[in-house]
Amino acid sequence: MKEAGAARTALVWSGVAIALGVPLAIAATSPLLAWREPVYIAAGLAGVAGLCLLLLQPLLAGRMLPGLRVRHARSLHRLIGVLLVVTVIVHVAGLWLTSPPDVVDALLLRSPTPFSLWGVIAMWAVIGAATLAASRRRMGTFAWRAGHLALAGVTVAGTVAHALLIEGTMGTVSKAVLCGLVVLTTARVFFKATRVGKA
Amino acid sequence: MPDTVLTRRALLVSGATLIVAGGTGFSVPSRAADLAATPTMRGGANNYRPGAPIVARIGNGGFLMTGSVRRAGDGAPLAGRRIQMWAHTTEGHERDERSHGATLSADDGTFQLDMPQIVPAFGQAHGHLAYDAEHDDGGFETVFLRPVMSSANDTTLHVEFVLRPA
Repeated sequence: MKEAGAARTALVWSGVAIALGVPLAIAATSPLLAWREPVYIAAGLAGVAGLCLLLLQPLLAGRMLPGLRVRHARSLHRLIGVLLVVTVIVHVAGLWLTSPPDVVDALLLRSPTPFSLWGVIAMWAVIGAATLAASRRRMGTFAWRAGHLALAGVTVAGTVAHALLIEGTMGTVSKAVLCGLVVLTTARVFFKATRVGKA
Repeated sequence: MPDTVLTRRALLVSGATLIVAGGTGFSVPSRAADLAATPTMRGGANNYRPGAPIVARIGNGGFLMTGSVRRAGDGAPLAGRRIQMWAHTTEGHERDERSHGATLSADDGTFQLDMPQIVPAFGQAHGHLAYDAEHDDGGFETVFLRPVMSSANDTTLHVEFVLRPA
């Protein structure tokens, strides 16, 4: 029993490491980087890092990572939530420095590229989810859970659409696999949360 | 039975005919007299640096931007119109001065300019082109375009300007 549990723990954690490490490594060695200034490179990689962190959030919220105590999973979820907001800020600020009019167009919802709109939707949703988390104590349990879950769902949908429509430094296949995992794990959290709510 | 009755078959046939005709824009090639002006595209003017010099080539070249300049309405080719272009390339960002250059259209209204290879930036491999009335004496309205390449591997891009007299 104990060995089986240890094997499962090792399997899940190495799976997560591969799911995050491979797309990150491919993006970090993209040939496009040769033609970009450091600020633009940092902005792009912050976006990739944000997508990677986004996979950890439902895994932690849904207790899908074996070998982690509930208390630890919670504080990790909180810490990664903060990091997620930081990556979004670095992403947008770096893009702004690289090409101000493109980012202004995106933020004013008049960009010619649809993925910009999805990115801006995801940005506001993740800021909303983090703001709710920060003011959790002043809210009722139901409002907090429903609000945070809904905003997290919009964050995931917006981010995945944003990432998939972009031709950038990420590899097509590793990006699609990572996005698929983010959607699946988020869906699992939604399913479990709504089932508990009905009982 | 009145002969004006609308049968289901007639409705389907006429509906389908309308959709097909509408979809193809009732295309009649000889209607050049109605040639519509090219509208400015969203984001077309982003990172524009007005008045870039007319050059034989931007940077080291390797990517060929081609196109044509015509007059709205009759479609007459417009010679000597100044077209400026810029992009994120293997040699610089869109904002960089070295990424900008301009050329003049030939007698037949066509233009071409050798520039560095365009590479994907801000999510798409795309170029920017401008006909700026402020830097041209032709008397046409300013147009900014932002064409997207069908593949990042393309080494050429063709862009058509149809200008409206100011």
